[in-house]
Amino acid sequence: MHSVLPGEPRTPGEEPAVTVRGLVKKYGAKTAVDGLDLTVARGGVTAVLGPNGAGKTTTIETCEGYRRPDAGTVRVLGLDPVADSAALRPRIGVMLQSGGIYAGARAGEMLRHVAALHAHPLDPAALTERLGLGDCGRTPYRRLSGGQQQRLSLAMAVVGRPELVFLDEPTAGLDPQARRATWELVRELRADGVTVVLTTHYMEEAEQLADDVAIVDGGRVVAQGSPEELCRGGAENTLRFTGRPGLDLASLLKALPAGSAAGEPVPGSYRVDGTVDPQLLATVTAWCAQHGVMPDRITVERHTLEDVFLELTGKELRP
Amino acid sequence: MTATGTFTPRPGAAPLGRMIRAQAALETRMLLRNGEQLLLTVVIPTLLLALFSTVDIVDTGDGAAVDFLAPGVLALAVMSTAFTGQAIATGFERRYGVLKRLGSTPLPRWALMTAKTCSVLVTEVLQIVLLTVIAFALGWSPHGNPLAVLLLLVLGTAAFSGLGLLMAGTLRAEATLAAANLVFLLLLVGGGVIVPLSKFPDAAQTVLGLLPISALSGGLRSVLQDGAGVPWADLGVLAVWSVLGLGAAARFFRWE
Repeated sequence: MHSVLPGEPRTPGEEPAVTVRGLVKKYGAKTAVDGLDLTVARGGVTAVLGPNGAGKTTTIETCEGYRRPDAGTVRVLGLDPVADSAALRPRIGVMLQSGGIYAGARAGEMLRHVAALHAHPLDPAALTERLGLGDCGRTPYRRLSGGQQQRLSLAMAVVGRPELVFLDEPTAGLDPQARRATWELVRELRADGVTVVLTTHYMEEAEQLADDVAIVDGGRVVAQGSPEELCRGGAENTLRFTGRPGLDLASLLKALPAGSAAGEPVPGSYRVDGTVDPQLLATVTAWCAQHGVMPDRITVERHTLEDVFLELTGKELRP
Repeated sequence: MTATGTFTPRPGAAPLGRMIRAQAALETRMLLRNGEQLLLTVVIPTLLLALFSTVDIVDTGDGAAVDFLAPGVLALAVMSTAFTGQAIATGFERRYGVLKRLGSTPLPRWALMTAKTCSVLVTEVLQIVLLTVIAFALGWSPHGNPLAVLLLLVLGTAAFSGLGLLMAGTLRAEATLAAANLVFLLLLVGGGVIVPLSKFPDAAQTVLGLLPISALSGGLRSVLQDGAGVPWADLGVLAVWSVLGLGAAARFFRWE
């Protein structure tokens, strides 16, 4: 079981940016979100990670005030997203998964419009330049490439200088350059004190950007913590070493803590699976010394977020 | 990453008046930029007015043809913008998530609808100026009380807006596109715009006379052509359609 560390406030005593408790949302007979709890600390980047249909978008859209919870409570910046919508909307920035822009609008025109709805917006021209959209100011939205449309949508989410932005799959379908440009922007938002909640399918994105990761599956948060905590929390790290082939692993297993495993997948190449901590490393090297084995090439494989993710959410394909 | 201060939060909604003005200006630009919409709102009414005033195809009764046609075409202009154009544009805004996206900006929904109405009214003013100039060039001599005309145009706009928004908010965008154009065509023929209702059989006349387009074209004609007083019956029909249409739209409109 993974340590579930709900996003603790960075400044003690400060109220979280988002608090979701026991959220249930059904569409007809289908339960999209099933008792979800999520806390987002202020001033960091939280990645909501999950397979398709896990309930990520429904959760985010409930926080944005688009959906009324069937059960549970949602508080965003201390407000009820539905009842206090008028007070909340100026304070949040929203990037929808797709669409949201007039087919006939020009890129610059749409951004200027969203800016005009706010009291102290960023300079739209500087923002388009910043996102590499400087040349498409007069291009109709429908003629922009997919990546340009995504970046315009991102620009619309931040132009009003919100405290909190929700980005629903901000880099889906982007090429590596555009993805990195988006990551840069998210890092800059964080550095400037904006709270960012993003959903993603990309483990690398969560590892690169997130202070806090919530893994969602089946409409619930199955684990939450920093990427390091989640990877460390996974008991399944691996220690590898090479040595003389045919060593007696049974005696090694006796020395190792319960739940560990040892094997020799290739003659002379050994692996130990378990909670790889300094104690385990010491046990293995002591055992090697006992048996007069010089362990060459000792490596500790840290499990990636993707390993943890697959371990938690299963490997079967989702619809 | 060090802070640059570019994105330091400073949230806040723009003043309501500025939001509504910006939204109305954007909606109007979208409409005037759209070729299909211009065909519907400008080209068709202008062509019908010019063609039927100069070529004697339809028997428009006694007097100059333009005196009969101008009020009908003004009614058509209102319908084309408030109903057909607004239904199609709003239907696709819903389909493309524009209404949804605007729903999370500081712009309240009622302000969005107000801006849409402003945009419809601005477009109508442009249409009416254009059609009036053309009608005068064709020898139009209008009569009657301008206030009665204004009242008819406003209630007609309300009635058609309600019906257009009801359609846009409940049907798929493609269905709205097809249905709004079909309704436009049917009402153009059967609503006293260019063909007098008296050309239809008696039974049909009674039913057709209750259509919003017939009330608007009939009311405008009674004032502008015949110099009659305030056409209360026609205003009553438009008021009923307004209440029904706007009420149903408010009740059934889906934003996504």
